[in-house]
Amino acid sequence: MRPAAFEYLRPTARNEAIRDVQGSDAAFFYAGGTELLLALKMRVLRADRLIDLKRIPDLDSIHLSEQGDLIVGARATHRQIETSALIQEALPALSQLCSQVANIRVRSVGTIGGNLCFAEPHADPATLLAALGARLHLVGPEGERVVAADEFVLGEFETVRGEHEMLTHIVIPPQAGPSSYRRFRHGERPSVGVGMSWRLAKGGKVIESVRIRFGALGPRPQSVEAVERCLAGVEIDNASDELAVVLPDALDALEVISDRHGGDDYKRHIALTLLKRCVADCREAAVVRRS
Amino acid sequence: MTVQSLAIGFTLNGRDVAAEVPANRLLIDLLRDHFKLKGTKRSCDMEVCGACTVLLNGEPVSSCTTLAADADQGAVVTIEGLCDPNGLSRIQQAFVEHGGAQCGFCTPGFIVAVTDLFNRNPSPSDDEIRHHLRGNLCRCTGYVKIFEAVKSLVPSAREGAMKSAATSQPSLMPITGKVS
Repeated sequence: MRPAAFEYLRPTARNEAIRDVQGSDAAFFYAGGTELLLALKMRVLRADRLIDLKRIPDLDSIHLSEQGDLIVGARATHRQIETSALIQEALPALSQLCSQVANIRVRSVGTIGGNLCFAEPHADPATLLAALGARLHLVGPEGERVVAADEFVLGEFETVRGEHEMLTHIVIPPQAGPSSYRRFRHGERPSVGVGMSWRLAKGGKVIESVRIRFGALGPRPQSVEAVERCLAGVEIDNASDELAVVLPDALDALEVISDRHGGDDYKRHIALTLLKRCVADCREAAVVRRS
Repeated sequence: MTVQSLAIGFTLNGRDVAAEVPANRLLIDLLRDHFKLKGTKRSCDMEVCGACTVLLNGEPVSSCTTLAADADQGAVVTIEGLCDPNGLSRIQQAFVEHGGAQCGFCTPGFIVAVTDLFNRNPSPSDDEIRHHLRGNLCRCTGYVKIFEAVKSLVPSAREGAMKSAATSQPSLMPITGKVS
């Protein structure tokens, strides 16, 4: 398979790229191409212009801001995130997530921004980033705006990003507790993914609040209020028992699409198992954190 | 639409090369059809099987889903660049010794992927070997022989196998051969 012809531009600055993307009817930003080129080859997408972002400096920077936020450039590859000492230390769940995406070739060039903007529901990063309360920074002809990770994905292959807007970086606020991401994979992509983040009360023995997002089940990451509520105010050692009180019924609230990854009852069962494992991960990390 | 032609230049297996390519030309087609390097194989054509793996700027990529334009000003290493044309790299030699190839179609991709593995991690654990290679598919060997071939190159396994030769550590340097 070969993609149809397109024009190929290589801007060296963000404002040039924003200008270039406005000059055509079907222009796409292009970085790793692991999703976009596949779609162009299969002719399910048509592009008359690709704007290669790889010559724009600083789009793949990974660093801490003065406020302690973790900044991840949209063009950071999965491999860069996996191997970043900063992320391994500050947010091991994200490093671990990226180490398991697809395969080594996709991780080498595929970017976290491309993954988010393509919005294939069977993907990992959007789920954990929503659980972490991340914010996505977009730049377009009208200037910059910030969107909560929870609000970014609208549905299958659909986000709030305007066609002339570029995702520049992701801001992950400092976490007041451990986080975990677990997935069950069918082939290259997750069938089910569960992201979890705990906010611990002072002393580190009690869970103040929890954010959980279930990914890949429906068109976008979902939360289940009953599950988050049941863990709030609970001692970390009692979390698994408290969870058992509301499960499995609480997961009936999830929208689950049956597809080649499995039927809805099967996926719900996997979600339940992964949820329990995330709780166990967070508990273990909370204990280590305290000692 | 008129086809845009790009002048690109890069290092191919250690040698400077140049080409005029349409923007939509894929790297695999440039390598196989223009440079006549047929070792890189097209198989699944969707980044899943690894048969088309090459190193682009030191990173393993699926050349079936990489633009030729992405090689511009960079460095590409294909299976042909991993050793002397008439020789075998130590990884290829290990595949021969351990029966890591049967029909051989996936083998160039495996060899390139294993080269990348050792470039980054001279002593991978069993899990690290499996994890690194899970994106390369082989329909003949059942993977056990391939795993054993790779495992034989890990220094500790090698030391065990060659107790008497304490000085003969395998070269841990990246292999950067060239086509002459």
